[in-house]
Amino acid sequence: MNYSGFKVIKEALTGHKGWKPAWRDPEPKPYYDIVVIGGGGHGLATAHYLAKVFGRRNVAVIEKGWIGGGNVGRNTTIIRSNYLLDGNEPFYEFSLKLWEGLEQDLNYNAMVSQRGIINLIHSDAQRDAFVRRGNAMILNGADAELLSEAAVRAEYPYLNFDDARFPIKGGLAQRRGGTVRHDAVAWGFARSADSNGVDIIQNCEVTGFHTRKGKCLGVETTRGFIGAGKVGCAVAGNSGKVMAMADMRLPIESHVLQAFVSEGLKPVLPGVITFGAGHFYVSQSDKGGLVFGGDIDGYNSYAQRGNLPVVEDVCEGGMAIMPMIGRARLLRMWGGIMDMSMDGSPIIDQTDISGLFFNGGWCYGGFKATPASGYCFAHLLATGTPHPVATAYRFDRFKTGHMIDEKGVGAQPNLH
Amino acid sequence: MIINHPLLGPRDSAEFVYLGDANLMERPNWQSDTAPQDFYDYAYLRANPAGTHRELWFHEGGDRSWLVVTRNTVTHEISKVELARDVARAKGRSK
Repeated sequence: MNYSGFKVIKEALTGHKGWKPAWRDPEPKPYYDIVVIGGGGHGLATAHYLAKVFGRRNVAVIEKGWIGGGNVGRNTTIIRSNYLLDGNEPFYEFSLKLWEGLEQDLNYNAMVSQRGIINLIHSDAQRDAFVRRGNAMILNGADAELLSEAAVRAEYPYLNFDDARFPIKGGLAQRRGGTVRHDAVAWGFARSADSNGVDIIQNCEVTGFHTRKGKCLGVETTRGFIGAGKVGCAVAGNSGKVMAMADMRLPIESHVLQAFVSEGLKPVLPGVITFGAGHFYVSQSDKGGLVFGGDIDGYNSYAQRGNLPVVEDVCEGGMAIMPMIGRARLLRMWGGIMDMSMDGSPIIDQTDISGLFFNGGWCYGGFKATPASGYCFAHLLATGTPHPVATAYRFDRFKTGHMIDEKGVGAQPNLH
Repeated sequence: MIINHPLLGPRDSAEFVYLGDANLMERPNWQSDTAPQDFYDYAYLRANPAGTHRELWFHEGGDRSWLVVTRNTVTHEISKVELARDVARAKGRSK
């Protein structure tokens, strides 16, 4: 069923009796060519591109709960491609280009809004770093614009420009960045994958891998054994837990990241503001709530909730950069589990077990990567070779010294 | 979270800095034939369990001691707190 304005009007006039479920609820088959573990944004995107771009129809996505219930439903919805390093920037720019055509590709309104993102500058050293980053972005085909203090002031006059500790001296803008309706991303990918023949199997938790002679033959699940030619694991914060079933230790720690939304306000924030010096970022949802977040809590956690010290820290960051935020009341806050890697960059690679592939280590930047992650993982699963923009995302980079460490803090996941 | 410091009693976790898995105390022997692989495992790979986890916390805002905290990563419940010094000595180190 194709969604269109005409369809909406037709249904409105005929009592909305023609809408059908957006995807099926199939029983698992005994065998699939490719099984993707994890019905989140990345897993569903992988299934969509496997079916639509690479022509693989005998594919299943298995999900322990309901689709889109993990980090794709918990993030702060920001998309951007403002990275510095060669291993990252082409990948994230590829992702941003996919976002730009996503709704037409999926025939689903994901409310992609390129409202722009500005990273604030507070010192000469930070300006130098952002000029360098902006040039790296432009060299990789992305857009970047250096803003003076006056230019930032014209757009966001209410920010705390004359703060004693972090006076605002300018900003690095990416106008093509913005926000997306995060749940719709999961639903849109699911609907498209399903209509291209992919089975989306919910309430089906993986309990083990079936391997023989170093080859993965399928997965044991709570709904029985499912045989597979290839298995791809895209389970974000649960990566350590799932891959431990295949006796693998990963260069990943799971940490909790909290996010916050205020009560609904009239339009006040036209784009996304990031305050890197204090680590606070904020945008305004289309419903009016200010959506913001900051640092991870900093300790290993699988609890999808955080603790109060970080709540205080994030709110202090907000008050420091945008004092009027103190007049808004906090409506909700929640936590998600981040797969923090040892260099702050992700992994899309084969494992040592033949037929078992891994996608993870997204840290707290996985949402913006969703389409490219799915595309590149599908490329790897379908062709056996990495996509050209994801060749750096290898497991062995930690062994060979080819880390992609944007912040340069080393193997300390809670600092990335 | 409240960390029950063996010397100072219950302290707010915000006074501490978190390092990671207590296995980071077990530095491999650099003279071993397998040292490159051992150091790769030591520096980069983690068990990352959902459940009981032994981990290193540093009391930066306090007496600057290193602690080995046994904590459940699913519930955040802390079941045991030891001085890292005592843990190392119990293994015959730092004599």
